[in-house]
Amino acid sequence: MVLQSSLKNCLQLSCILQAPKAGFRSTASGGLIMQSTSNDVYQNLAVEDWIHDHMNLENQQVLFLWRNSPAVVIGRHQNPWQECNLRLLRQKNIKLARRRSGGGTVYHDLGNINLTFFTTRKKHERMENLKLVVKALKALRPQLDVHVTDRYDILLDRQYKISGTAAKLGRTAAYHHCTLLCNTDKFVLSSVLKSPYKGLKSNATPSVPASVKNLFEEDSSLTSELLLDAIAEEYATQHRIDRHINLINPADETVLPGINNKAKELQTWEWVYGKTPKFNISTHFNIAYKDSVLDVKVDMDVKHGRIEVCNIDLPEQWLPPALCSELVKNLTGSKFCPNETTALVTTLLRACPHDGDLQSKWNLLCENIKMLM
Amino acid sequence: VCTHRVRSCSSIRFIKSKYVCVFDKSALKFSHQQRLFRTSAVSRGQIVQFKLSDIGEGITEVTVKEWYIKEGDSVSQFDSICEVQSDKASVTITSRYDGIIRKLHYSLDEIAYVGKPLVDIEIDASKGVAPAEDVVEAPPMSHEEHTHQEIKGHKTLATPAVRRLAMENNIKLSEIVGTGKDNRILKEDILNYLAKQTGAILPPSPKADIIPPLPKSETVPAPPKDKARKIPVPVSRPIVFSGKDKTEPVTGFHKAMVKTMSAALKIPHFGYCDEIDMTQLVQLREELKPLAQIRGVKLSFMPFFIKAASLGLLQYPILNASLDENCQNVTYKASHNIGVAMDTEQGLIVPNVKNVQVCSVFEIASELNRLQSLGSAGQLGTSDLTGGTFTLSNVGTIGGTYTKPVILPPEVAIGALGKIQVLPRFNGKGEVFKAQIMNVSWSADHRIIDGATMARFSNLWKSYLENPASMLLDLK
Repeated sequence: MVLQSSLKNCLQLSCILQAPKAGFRSTASGGLIMQSTSNDVYQNLAVEDWIHDHMNLENQQVLFLWRNSPAVVIGRHQNPWQECNLRLLRQKNIKLARRRSGGGTVYHDLGNINLTFFTTRKKHERMENLKLVVKALKALRPQLDVHVTDRYDILLDRQYKISGTAAKLGRTAAYHHCTLLCNTDKFVLSSVLKSPYKGLKSNATPSVPASVKNLFEEDSSLTSELLLDAIAEEYATQHRIDRHINLINPADETVLPGINNKAKELQTWEWVYGKTPKFNISTHFNIAYKDSVLDVKVDMDVKHGRIEVCNIDLPEQWLPPALCSELVKNLTGSKFCPNETTALVTTLLRACPHDGDLQSKWNLLCENIKMLM
Repeated sequence: VCTHRVRSCSSIRFIKSKYVCVFDKSALKFSHQQRLFRTSAVSRGQIVQFKLSDIGEGITEVTVKEWYIKEGDSVSQFDSICEVQSDKASVTITSRYDGIIRKLHYSLDEIAYVGKPLVDIEIDASKGVAPAEDVVEAPPMSHEEHTHQEIKGHKTLATPAVRRLAMENNIKLSEIVGTGKDNRILKEDILNYLAKQTGAILPPSPKADIIPPLPKSETVPAPPKDKARKIPVPVSRPIVFSGKDKTEPVTGFHKAMVKTMSAALKIPHFGYCDEIDMTQLVQLREELKPLAQIRGVKLSFMPFFIKAASLGLLQYPILNASLDENCQNVTYKASHNIGVAMDTEQGLIVPNVKNVQVCSVFEIASELNRLQSLGSAGQLGTSDLTGGTFTLSNVGTIGGTYTKPVILPPEVAIGALGKIQVLPRFNGKGEVFKAQIMNVSWSADHRIIDGATMARFSNLWKSYLENPASMLLDLK
């Protein structure tokens, strides 16, 4: 199937997206297949929001196909510190996004396909959607051993997870999205999805780790493009619609008015980190300084991503008590973020008389505290 | 007169009830009390238990993950109440009623059951009761206002133009709160709804749509019994701005900055400004840029400014010193750790290049590159940001000429560089030539640094930059 990207196509799409409930055009009734031209996770999530908020799904269902450049996507009610290695993400410049649907954490790169099934709330049926995907896979490669579990996962060879699912239900509309591992970097996946943070206590939804495998490993002739086409074709068949993938540019305000604001909102610190359910971190670390080793205990309550209560237990007189209390006072209310903490602690030091020795101790202590974030 | 006032008030949308003729003071007091009754525990509204509706897919229980409202808040139909989660599905529960939340049946992370009460909402029993707002003027219409818009079941009033606008934007008229007379939906209501949805700033509606105010002499419409004359009375809508002030606590880095800046302003600042002819330095940099590029380093003007400053500090070490708390001792710092102010997401941070006195211009450039890339990635370490002894701030990259920089304790001096401008100047022969001029503004701690020292340091720094070859003589 050839992907059509003509201007005519985009205009048609524009009409489809904005047509009122009554008076529909004759083609594409019952369903619509869209594919994003962007690999930006925030823009693509924004498209999901837009369709969910603005499209009328009474007479048509929508399938949205998208892929992202490296990103970790956590569920709506999850704790990023609990779910992934944030330090590694920052180092490798891998984005972190929080989606609006529930469920667990996933790693996306261009070797992973995302499928979103939009329906009215009444017609929301995850099992049917996943069976469609399995049917498409089997039509493409009949020998593939793939099946849907009752946890809404798709397993390959009865043991490897190749797809995870999540859903969002609104007042009148709903969507179900799932991943599909075609050719993702498993090494990066396993290293970023392993949290190094100890001592976390939280009621956030935990992820259930699973062994994964790429479809590519099973059959090296399978590419993302091939799989996308197969799924689109199966969807078109089942919904009795045009086998026509409409390309959509998530930055186009004329087709999707308000989309850029949605994408911006998804990138704000308040959304990505601030929506973390309240948690507590209670841990300790050792500092080696000039022939002695000290044990420092840290206990913090973090709410909305900010330090609500802060306790740092240091050996007496190692640092001037006034400075310690200033540190605790300033950390309270501050973002639980290493960048913010660095700026804060280095600025604080200026306001306090200090010598080289104090400066070294201060830096050591603060670098260790930052490691918790 | 009384009748006239009744008329003009009935044209104001809020007074809907037939029996509210609150024009004599006693009646006014009564309705005021009525309002008080409503907000006190003895409420007159009917409490409805809003049950958690069917989620679908056979789900019977969910976990409450976030509340969007709290007890006492007013909600409108379709407002989000809470977010619940069940088996990888996140569900937004919206209100079916307009009213006031009286009770939340679950706390966070508790399990809620489908079909059981989720929240108690107090619905207004008699819809006709007008909120006893100021009856003389029309209060501003805000979507958060606790007004009852029972659109459901009523025919929505809207002109064909408004209906078309709604249709074009795929909006259900039942979801719009009309602010016109008899709850009619106006074009502004559609635009406001869209703006709320999309966050876009929409152009104001053209003047033609604003209904002209009713000339007073013609304001005596026929008595209400005359049904044939149902001409809507145009209303002069006051211009309303519904933006709200936003207060947030000062936290984190900003809080620390408050403390530091307060300490800084205790230092008596002495300012000294000058202009530098950068013509020769501009040329030199052009020549050296490709060389640095080959070595993988981006060369700006800062490395030259920094090295020249360090050479100057060798002659005037008092500028690289620190005064103790009681101003009893001055410590002359051996290292020239020159800070470079950097604008980041947090705000202004100042990483420093360590030991400039033993670094070459290239080494300084290389270190600056490292600090800049760490800075933009938000990954600067505490050691990069502490231990500075002298600071340069290149505010000129943003703009400006002269400024009054604030000394960063525990330092005693700071220099701010303006932008480079092409200006006409006279040369030695009295001819006008094109010069590249940059302004510098120094601030120094006047307790230990006097004007002469600052001026001489500045002159030396200036001479190194105006004649870069002279730096060669003193480079170590």
